[in-house]
Amino acid sequence: MPTHYTKEHEWISVDGAEAVIGISGYAQEQLGDIVFVELPELGKQLKKGDIGAVVESVKAASEVYAAASGEVVAVNDALGDDPGLVNREAEDGGWFFRLRLSDPGELEGLMDASAYRALLAAIE
Amino acid sequence: MLVTDHSDATASVDDSKPDGGTFTGNRGLHIEEPLLFEVGQVDSTGVDLPEPEPTGSRLGAHARRTPLELAGLSEPEALRHYVRLSKQNYAIDMGVYPLGSCTMKHNPRLSEKVARLPGFADIHPLQPLSTVPGAIELMQELAAWLMAMTGMPAIALSPKAGAHGELCGMMAIRAALISRGEDVTRTTVLAPESAHGTNPATAAFLGYKVEAIPARDNGTVDPAVVREKLGPHVATIMLTNPNTCGLFEPDIVEIADAVHEAGAYFYCDGANLNAILGKVRPGDFGIDAMHINLHKTLATPHGGGGPGAGPVVLSESLAPFAPLPFIRQEGGKPILVEAESDAVDDKPLGRLGAFHGQMGMWVRALAYLLSHGADGAREASENAVLNANYVRVGLADVMSQPFGDRICMHEVLFDDAFLDGSGVSTLDFAKAMIDEGYHPMTMYFPLVVHGALLVEPTESESRAELDQFIATLRDLAARAKAGPADAFKAAPTTAPRRRLDETQAARRPVLRWRPKPATEPNNEA
Amino acid sequence: MRYLPHSEADREAMLAKIGVTSVDDLYADVPASARLEGLVDLPLGKGELEVERHLGDIAARNLAAGASAFFVGAGAYRHHIPATVDHLIQRSEFLTAYTPYQPEISQGTLQALFEFQTQVATITGMEVANGGMYDGSTATAEAVQMARRITARKKTVLSGGLHPHYRQVIETLAGMSGGRIEAMPSNPAMTEDIAGRIDDDTACVVVQSPSFYGELIDLAPIADACHANGALLVAVVTEIVALGAIEPPGAQGADIVAAEGQSLGNTLSFGGPYVGLIATREKFIRQLPGRLCGQTVDAEGKRGFVLTLSAREQHIRREKATSNICTSSGLCALAFSIHLGLLGGTGLERLARINHTNAGRMADALTAIDGVEVLNQTFFNEFTIRVDGDAAKLVEALAERNILAGVPVSRLEPARPDLRDLVLIATTELNIGADRERLTNALGELLPCW
Repeated sequence: MPTHYTKEHEWISVDGAEAVIGISGYAQEQLGDIVFVELPELGKQLKKGDIGAVVESVKAASEVYAAASGEVVAVNDALGDDPGLVNREAEDGGWFFRLRLSDPGELEGLMDASAYRALLAAIE
Repeated sequence: MLVTDHSDATASVDDSKPDGGTFTGNRGLHIEEPLLFEVGQVDSTGVDLPEPEPTGSRLGAHARRTPLELAGLSEPEALRHYVRLSKQNYAIDMGVYPLGSCTMKHNPRLSEKVARLPGFADIHPLQPLSTVPGAIELMQELAAWLMAMTGMPAIALSPKAGAHGELCGMMAIRAALISRGEDVTRTTVLAPESAHGTNPATAAFLGYKVEAIPARDNGTVDPAVVREKLGPHVATIMLTNPNTCGLFEPDIVEIADAVHEAGAYFYCDGANLNAILGKVRPGDFGIDAMHINLHKTLATPHGGGGPGAGPVVLSESLAPFAPLPFIRQEGGKPILVEAESDAVDDKPLGRLGAFHGQMGMWVRALAYLLSHGADGAREASENAVLNANYVRVGLADVMSQPFGDRICMHEVLFDDAFLDGSGVSTLDFAKAMIDEGYHPMTMYFPLVVHGALLVEPTESESRAELDQFIATLRDLAARAKAGPADAFKAAPTTAPRRRLDETQAARRPVLRWRPKPATEPNNEA
Repeated sequence: MRYLPHSEADREAMLAKIGVTSVDDLYADVPASARLEGLVDLPLGKGELEVERHLGDIAARNLAAGASAFFVGAGAYRHHIPATVDHLIQRSEFLTAYTPYQPEISQGTLQALFEFQTQVATITGMEVANGGMYDGSTATAEAVQMARRITARKKTVLSGGLHPHYRQVIETLAGMSGGRIEAMPSNPAMTEDIAGRIDDDTACVVVQSPSFYGELIDLAPIADACHANGALLVAVVTEIVALGAIEPPGAQGADIVAAEGQSLGNTLSFGGPYVGLIATREKFIRQLPGRLCGQTVDAEGKRGFVLTLSAREQHIRREKATSNICTSSGLCALAFSIHLGLLGGTGLERLARINHTNAGRMADALTAIDGVEVLNQTFFNEFTIRVDGDAAKLVEALAERNILAGVPVSRLEPARPDLRDLVLIATTELNIGADRERLTNALGELLPCW
């Protein structure tokens, strides 16, 4: 499952024709305690760059964009009761939604893990 | 939604753990107070009303069937309840309240007295206008003062707060663009990154795309950058002047000229008018619209979050679009125009609220203006600026300023560089001020400055108060640098409450009290 | 100037410390063309006595409600305010505090806000309420915006029983923000088929009960029609005391209640400041505009209160905020809450019974006058009469006799000649029998030959 990263600190992990999207460990650290996640409706068609979810911390609110186009086939319901899961397991159990990709080619040009680490090093 | 059991979190009456060594949990003058619903009882009332002799009901099938279970308090219980609550609040009447951009200045009690005169407080907005000539006169007199003070030819009095006034001004601009046939093309609003959050919120509400203007290294707006961004797609520039960094925009006239040349309007956020009232008229630096926060500049009390009032002064070109109601002169007599059908040549943008506006706040503001006069207003502004600079100079060597040590207007902006390596954050530093008996300054605003601390002492503070305030902040800065940070992290320790868990509040919102069910001990909402 | 503490010596010493010679040096950034030489052309400052005298003279030119026989309502009502209320809201710690951004030293304001939210939710029959809006009309307009956000639909249907000013406020805001409004004609008879206007782009239906004309509306069938089509019901209440007597909107299926809270704790003040109320269901809390106070604990585990869900607000979300509202009506909300705290549910219900009884007596007395017709089937404390002739002129003639008889509908609906003979008559606990007689006697004299 190759994982890509965006400049907006989202990750997208490809699993065959589908992909899972979440926010990076760095992003959750910047936001602080996550208090609420607004997830997309199942079946919604997202275009690359559309707002897929909204994540709220005590002091900030931020959009999570679809890093690729596709149909929402699953959302992480566990975040409803436990938004802190994003803080604890940002790049794993704290995933946001799963897309059936309509154009996997869109993923080209996104960063891989080492390029993303280099970006973070440059920010710090 | 799951709601936590309130009884677990109740620290009051039935908590068996002693607090601070006392049985009650009280500490001297600080007395813990349960919720109204825990003090009162559902069949109690503190208002004696005679039971009416029944006549036939005209409620039809609409009479209340759902029981109304709401606690009432006897009068002594009510007084104690609210007096005890009040003592858990900080207030401008208690000490320095240096909230930058919020202007916590002295609230004259004369204003409270005159606003309660029956001729102002006990008149109905819809009683015949022939019975309220004094109300119209008061509106006219206040309007005349505000227009003269700002150097502007027109005003809309009705907006109910600063943000409401901002919406009004931006709608007037929108209405003007519609009448020019340019509303479809002019869809962008320019606003500096340091703008108040209301500016982009207002622009976005009206469907505008907001484009940020970066600040120069010295914290002000570069007219060259504005020129670059201007074009036939720009509707308005929204600028605060003096700006949110506490600086007067030195190129404001050049910026206004460029905006007008490009066919756009200049909306000025008047939140900081208190630095220049009586000294500089915004009309003289080229604004088209500006709201005036009566609760800031003209000292109507903040009341823990309102009520305010936000009259908007307008240029000649925007005047015809002012909302209903407005006053028009007809044959030397003022007429209150309430309906579009009576607007004659004007093209009001609509109506922003029921009735006429915040009479109670207008009376207070006019009392403030009459008391100060042209001379006192000028002196107040000067002293506000003097006090801010006095604080700046007193702290310049121990705190850090993002744009260097330069003269400021009514507020002085620090960043958190002076706390580098100390482990103390802006928040910790502010919370430590609480233990010293001060309300903290505005923190983390403007957003363009890291760990911002925005201090606005206002003209109400005496030199002795300022000296004490400066000495306290110097001591705190020295302690923060010396370490350890623990005491700052734990602050405040002497306030009615320690730091509150905002994460829990937002994750599992409990926005109301609910009665405990009689049968089940563990309730769920 | 009595509000400014510095002596001339203080100013000199402070300027020296700052390192400038004059205060004008501090204004060096002001471009020359914008600098004002000398004073603004306005009077000089005045002492307290002079200001009080001047404003007292202006106030004396108005006919205060208390000096008349008073029956004016239409969205603002004159009630008795217990002395305790005004005393408490003038305490420095409430009056001169800012919005409670520092919860450790603002628990007084915050706890009062939490109590206010609880009271509003309870009397409206809803699950949650916010910390207050500017007034009932802006609360209603914000409720419409909220319904548009929740449903992602554009159309709003307004009942003809909605206060005309409220309608105009909604139309103004919606017109500027891409909404679509279908307003039913203003109508005292309430025979409109509002359910028939709901389609698959309808965000909400806005219905006022008691209506502008005083008629009580059965909200349940309208709520059902809304919900069957994925729309929301926004219920409006302009006289909050009514909820002591009538079934609350929350029990009839309303999704959002928007109300004017002035009747409790707040004076008429020519229209403001008042306090708007918004209550809704728990599932919509993140779409609520304005401030919200929530319960939590402090570092020692003690119960405390904070402003919460502020990530929705303009100072954080900026262009993505739910509303641009910032300062609202804190002290008016406190006055409301203290008054309702004194009344309790028992007191509110009795207050409502007195209002209703007085209105019934008034309606009976008016019905007996030749040339007056009471139009309502049902009402709480306000109803509509039809008189022979021009109602506005009649009200003017009565005002000359110090009788403020009510609101001619034409004042708010000048473009509707068919409503020119209607007057709204409101009564509260303050209307004693003698006032009633003055009005009926005067009408009896004026009307036959009007």
